[in-house]
Formats: sequence, structure tokens, C-alpha cells
Amino acid sequence: MDQLLGMAFDAFRAAGNGIESIAQAGDRGIIAHTIDYISRRSDLILELMLEHLWLVILTLIIAVTISVTIGIIISYYESLAQTVLGICQVLMVIPSMAMLAFMVPLFGIGFTTGVVALVLYSLLPVVRNTYTGIRELDPAIVEAAKGMGMTERRILFKIKIPLARPVIMAGVRTAAVMMIGIAAIAAYVGAGGLGELIFSGISRGHQPMIIAGAIGVSIIAIAFDYLLYYGEKRFSVEGSTREGN
Amino acid sequence: MIKLEGLTKVFKGHNIPAVKDLNLEVNEGDVCVLVGPSGCGKTTTMKMINRLYEPTGGKIYIRGEDALQMDPIKLRLDIGYVIQEIGLFPHMTIYENIATVPNEKQWPKDQVKEKVDNVMSLVGLDPEIFKNRYPSALSGGQRQRVGVARAMVSDPPIMLMDEPFGAVDPITRARLQNEFLRIQERVDKTIVFVTHDIDEAIKMSDTIAVMREGELVQHATPSDLLSAPADEFVSNLVGRNRSIKRLHLIRVSEILEEVDRAPALKEDTKEEEVKKRLDESDIRTVIVVDRDNKLKGVIGVNDLKRKTGEVAGDYFQEVSDTVTDDATLNDALSVMLEIGEGYVAVVNEDEKYQGTITLGDLLNVVREDS
Repeated sequence: MDQLLGMAFDAFRAAGNGIESIAQAGDRGIIAHTIDYISRRSDLILELMLEHLWLVILTLIIAVTISVTIGIIISYYESLAQTVLGICQVLMVIPSMAMLAFMVPLFGIGFTTGVVALVLYSLLPVVRNTYTGIRELDPAIVEAAKGMGMTERRILFKIKIPLARPVIMAGVRTAAVMMIGIAAIAAYVGAGGLGELIFSGISRGHQPMIIAGAIGVSIIAIAFDYLLYYGEKRFSVEGSTREGN
Repeated sequence: MIKLEGLTKVFKGHNIPAVKDLNLEVNEGDVCVLVGPSGCGKTTTMKMINRLYEPTGGKIYIRGEDALQMDPIKLRLDIGYVIQEIGLFPHMTIYENIATVPNEKQWPKDQVKEKVDNVMSLVGLDPEIFKNRYPSALSGGQRQRVGVARAMVSDPPIMLMDEPFGAVDPITRARLQNEFLRIQERVDKTIVFVTHDIDEAIKMSDTIAVMREGELVQHATPSDLLSAPADEFVSNLVGRNRSIKRLHLIRVSEILEEVDRAPALKEDTKEEEVKKRLDESDIRTVIVVDRDNKLKGVIGVNDLKRKTGEVAGDYFQEVSDTVTDDATLNDALSVMLEIGEGYVAVVNEDEKYQGTITLGDLLNVVREDS
């Protein structure tokens, strides 16, 4: 974790330096101010990044657990699938501000509200990918497993989930990146994170704050996508042998 | 061993039953082939035996026990199952694939290992080479072998095979069929085999059950089916060239003794002897073998004229193809047509020379039979 943060911070610095060099070439106004701001408040920014990251990781764990479970269940009940996917779709279409506003009367202001809203948002990609990943397996594979006497439970854990994993992981990546963006808005209901920087920047008309927050969110999003992608690749070592032939 | 009584299956939303009041008995150690056009209910019947489909009506007895009262998982673990698409698990190695049923039965590890190695050798896959490969690294024929090995590994008394050799090319298919028959001779399983190919049915079966539109039309030995088809449908299915189909029924080894052709020549045979033997030969050709009785080649009259050495070993011609002694006469005929000769040399598994059969021999067989 420390290492990851270190990496993020270095990247942050590097981005700062890059901007600085551009700034030296021309207009020193806003960019110079931003760099100045970032270097002055680096501890605050880092703290908010940590908060942001924590919000995203926690939400992702909860969301993936729930979504994969739902996805598996609806893969068994075709009639349920369209309804459930429809609901997930609707949840995703609700504007994020509105969704957060709905949550406040239920969960009050704070971290929990943010987590709940984000979980609801990220259901669709993972549920849908789990469902299609399982449904689109070669039926002969499932039939052979069943015909040989494997129990439904064993088929699920030994055959279906491992084979659907790449598709499920693609859904998780989509959800994660989306979540990182929306998590910034969750600061609106007091969930913390880099969104605080952006919102107070907006209310104070302090542009360097807004830019610093935006850069932070981008770095987290890119790092996350990268990590999940390579994590998945490394995790499926046998997959590479398989496709290598 | 397997007894089906009044077996009926009506799929949801269909009025016409897929299988209708089917009565069939398969004796222990027999291969019963269900054959018929697509949609005749043969696969449905097979899938009811291991209860992938639950029958709408009727009874299934396996060794006298009511299969419909048994736990389906337990029932399936003791029935080998091979399907045309094979359904190997792409994320598992060949070893893991074959070990599926033993692992489900929770056998001890070393026993699983021993069994998997044995069954791989049995189907002609070297365990050391193939064990750790993934299914995608195998050819179609090799995958079929893995499919059969996977079904046989726990030594189930019964096997269900749904067009197991349907997805490979004709040459590989014939080889797999012959190998399978050789294995079956050794393991003596009770097998229900589904195919739409009447030639395959005749070749593989002890009994053939012809089905049409969910009903059993005729259940007979292949020989009876050929000589006495129950109705027009069966005789159409069998086709007009029944004499040729009979060639599927007889193995090369069965007629080799009757044929009793002069033995092969050794490589060091002198010209005079070769000449003498050529004159005596009804095919104007003699076979040359080495000291271990391995087939080396043939010498025809022209080869002798153009000879390039003193002894037979110096001027024989290599043969382009042979048949094994467990091949059918039909296989032998195909090879003869393929190489354009009126004879074919027969070798055994170890490529030792067994004899030669000719077109004339085949004609005699067909003539005797009809």
C-alpha cells in the first residue's frame, strides 16, 4: 500500500514538473499557481487522495461481492435476469447528484452515504459481465461436467467462475474507473476524498485547487485500471500458456 | 445391464413426444448403437439414462436397480460420458481434465495419478508428453482420446457415447474406432453409443437400435439388421449396398487364417527363390520382411527385372499403406482402392507382418455371406 502511494505521489510530482516546464515557456498564470499550490499543500492533497482511495477500495469490495453474487444468481434464473439487469441499468442512469441527494435522507451526511451510492452505481457492469460471462460459456463444457457427475456447486466454482473470470474482471475494471470519478462527487455529501478539494475550489473560485483535485482523481483512475489489468494478467498465468499454443 | 421400459419424454411446450414408449435392453459387455436420422430421439434417450433429462414416463433399470430412484450425481459418477463436442475444460491441463471424476469421488492422490497414467496409455497418449498440456494444444483426434480417457478413468461399468468420433476427419475416425474396439475388447464395458452414421453403427455395435420419430423401429444384431430389415425405413437406412456394408462386420484378422497365403520372404533371399515365389503368387507380388518379421516392402515382377542387387533386400519397393489386423474388411478395401493395388499387407500393432489379403478374398467373403 505504501509503495502504491509512493508511486502515486511520484507520478503526481512528475506531472507537476511537466506542467511547470510548459508554464515556463509561456503563460505563468494559472499553471504556476497550481504548481505552487500543489507543492505547498502536498500533505493535504495526499491525505485526500488516501481518503479517496479508501472510499473506492471499500466500495469496490462491497460492490463486487454483491454484483458477482447477483450475476451468478440470475445466470440460473433466466426470467429474473432481464428484470435485474433493467434495474441495474436504471440505477446507473440516475444522475450522480440526484442519487446522492436521494441517499441523504436515508443515510444522513457522510462516508456511508457515499459508499452506498457508489455501490448502487457500480452494480451494472459487474452484474452484467458476470451474467454474460457465465451464460456464454460453451454449453458442451457445462454438459460434460454435469454428465460426469459434478455437483452444480462444483461446476460453479471449478468450471463456470474460472472460465468467466476474464469477462468478470473486465466488468470490475469498468466499475472501478467509473467509481473513482463519481467518488469525487460524493464529497458533496461529506464522503471526503479529492472531491472536497474540487468543491471548495469551486465555491471559493480557487482554480489551482480544482485542478489539483482533478489531477489527483485522474492519477488514481489510471493507476487503478493499470493495476487491475496487470493483476488479472498475472493471476491467470495458466491462461497465457493456454493461449500461447 | 441397462433396461428401458416404456420410456417416454415430452419436452415442455411440445405436443409430440421426443421419445415414445421405448423398450430396450442392453446386455452386459455389449455395445448398443442407437442410430437414426437427426431428431429421432436417440440423444434424448441416451441423456435419460444418466438423467440429464428426466423421463416423462417409464422406467430405467441399471443392474436391476431403478435409476430414477437413485441420486443422479452418484448415478452419473458411475457412468462414463463422452459427447461429440468433447467439452474438455480449457482452463485445466489434460491431467486435471482426466482426473475430474476421481477427484469428485475423492480418491487418494497417488491412486488418481496411477489411474490417469494408465488410462492415458490405454488411449494412446503418452502421459509424460501430454499430462501438462492444455486442451487447446491438442489436435482433434487427441482431444477425442482425452474425452474417452476422461470418461473411462474411474472404470465405470457403463459408458454413454454421443457421436464421440463425429467431429474428426474420416481417417482419424476410422483409427479411433479401431482403437476403441481394441480397448473395448479388453475392458468389456456396457456401452450405449449414439450415431447417425449407419456404417459406424454396423462397425461398432453388438446390437443396433434403429429409431425413428421417437420410436424404436428395430433392435437387432448388425448382421440380422442387414439380412432382415424390419421395414422399408430400416432397409433405406441400411442402403442398397448391403454386401459392402457386411465388410464392416468382419475384421481382417478373421479371414487371414482362411486365406493362408505363402509366408513373406526374408531380406537375404536369392533371386531364384524370389522368382519361384513370384510365379506361384496369385498377386504376382511377394512381401519382404526383416529378421524380426517387420514389413520392409514388396517385390513385383518388374522390380525383379530391374533388380539392383543380389538379394531381395536390395530391390524391394516400399509399400505406401497397410492395414492393421483389427481393421475391418471395409478399411482394407479402402486402402486397396487408395493405393491402387489388388492387395494390401496386414501388420499388427507392432508393425509385424501378419499376412496379405486381396480383392479376391473380399469377394469370396461377400459371396459366401449373401
